[in-house]
Amino acid sequence: MSLKFSEEGEHEFNELVSHYPNTHAALLPALHLAQAEFGWISVEVMDYLAERLGVPPAKVLATATFYTMYNKSPVGKCHIQVCTTLSCAFRGGYHLIEQFEEKLGLKLGETTADGRFTLTEAECLASCGTAPMFQLTDSNGEIEYFEGLDTEEKVDQVIAALEKRCEQLPAPDEMH
Amino acid sequence: MEEKFLSRNFTIDKAYTLPVYEEHGGYQALRKALKMDSDAIINEVKTSNLRGRGGAGFPTGVKWSFMPKESDVPKYLTVNADEGEPGTFKDRYCMELDPHRLIEGCIISAWTLGIRYAYIYIRGEMGLAIKRMNQAIKEAYDKGYLGEKILGQDFDLDIYVHASGGAYICGEETGMIEGLEGKPGQPRLKPPFPAVVGAFGAPTLVNNVETISSIPFIIERGGEWWASMGIEKNGGPKLYGLSGHIKKPGVYEARSGVTVRELLEEYGGGLLDGSELKGFIPGGSSCTVMTAESLDAEMGFETMRDAGSSMGTACITFMDQSVCMVRLAARLAHFYAHESCGQCTPCREGTGWAAKVLDGIEEGRGRMEDLDLLLDMMDNIEGNTICALGDSIAIPVRSYIQVYTQEFEDHIRRGGCWFPKWWSRNRVIDDIRTAAAS
Repeated sequence: MSLKFSEEGEHEFNELVSHYPNTHAALLPALHLAQAEFGWISVEVMDYLAERLGVPPAKVLATATFYTMYNKSPVGKCHIQVCTTLSCAFRGGYHLIEQFEEKLGLKLGETTADGRFTLTEAECLASCGTAPMFQLTDSNGEIEYFEGLDTEEKVDQVIAALEKRCEQLPAPDEMH
Repeated sequence: MEEKFLSRNFTIDKAYTLPVYEEHGGYQALRKALKMDSDAIINEVKTSNLRGRGGAGFPTGVKWSFMPKESDVPKYLTVNADEGEPGTFKDRYCMELDPHRLIEGCIISAWTLGIRYAYIYIRGEMGLAIKRMNQAIKEAYDKGYLGEKILGQDFDLDIYVHASGGAYICGEETGMIEGLEGKPGQPRLKPPFPAVVGAFGAPTLVNNVETISSIPFIIERGGEWWASMGIEKNGGPKLYGLSGHIKKPGVYEARSGVTVRELLEEYGGGLLDGSELKGFIPGGSSCTVMTAESLDAEMGFETMRDAGSSMGTACITFMDQSVCMVRLAARLAHFYAHESCGQCTPCREGTGWAAKVLDGIEEGRGRMEDLDLLLDMMDNIEGNTICALGDSIAIPVRSYIQVYTQEFEDHIRRGGCWFPKWWSRNRVIDDIRTAAAS
């Protein structure tokens, strides 16, 4: 199947490319856009971007695999990344992981069988004053922080909100 | 209560929008700057003793004077908003709550140095900061603060947000430039410095978010006034992020040279009930760890160096007696191993090796000679890599071993760790209380 940006995605892609003196420089934002459009960054997606930007596929591969935000395999509709560095470790980051594992029925690094949630660990997300926290990336490409999750009640509320959100989200592994 | 500057808009409703920003005096510094010439502005910035707020503390005015006046190619400003140093969380607030201040600072900097294009290199993880910056930039274009012929002057500037892909190393200025160019963020050898050959081969100014956000205030009230709110060589109010085992973690504004004790007690609300200070990290995880003996050290680049550590990003992490220093050193080694870009052998191999040896001590497989091995390893990493990431693991790991030697030796002697899980702090404190009561 050949890939193609949506009309809106195409517009955004052209806008992004216009921000730089050469097309290669648009690669990082273009990878973000492609992940939002196609769910994850497969080799097929990398090749599509290489063609669109006129850069060798090897350069796209090198960049896509260097940065942590680009998923080289499909994740769940809601990707939960819990910070466990320094202040978050002290103030409950690992406890937050344990609660997600128990409540969502998965282990760190896994995706739930229904494809809704993926749980991973992240390095410092610059929210040290509001620890513990996690970063959510949903399959529409929205990125949001959930901070100050220091009680079980708050964790339950967040999970309920995310479950609701999942109803409106596409499944990344079916997006291209 | 001291007058607030950098954080003044943090508590004002919708100050991230242009009308509210202007209502509170926004873009007046720009109007004033446009009537000043380049040398006059650089002089004010030099006089202000403003130091780079990203961690290295280079004098901003001096850095600005390195930018070539004439250039055949367009000059660039790249604002380093890739805030990722563990323990640091101040720039995010500047972008989320006061984005126009940063834009105004960018325009003044560009006017001063003849810069044509500016990029704000934001961590891709910071969804809200990216959104707010993009909205603010759009508002600024609509109002004629950006684009061509800014406020009727013969002066054009375009600003773009560049969302990174998630890599700590892009906080290093040349790693960031590689990321801006769409490449893996592997730092470049210096020289040439970015002021000579930076983004897209052109002269490039790289400054931290808080640094650029400070510029409008210096223009408004003058360099001497800014310098007066600080200590020798360290001017102005600045943002301090306080976190860890304290009552009121958060971002606070205070003068340069404030003591760690003042920040802890008067701003951070003191330690949590039952906590005793075991140590603190003054400015991000790459600093030497300090103990209660250093609480009266002043927050300035030279004063913190003289006290045995460094000011770094001035975001302080406080740790109580529940923290196992072996586990912390191991956790940080894992962080640096994860974030090493892989270019230089000492860092690529050394970070992972150190993490393994530290894990071994924590998990009961340590040998006494491991401590010398680790110190030797750190000596072989420090100073032997292209960028400072190597130093950033060598300095703290060495310091944990040297400051908490007994704890490391006890781990080896007793066959592992006796501290509870990271997050079980409350249980430890209760145990201590019970013990004290009996």
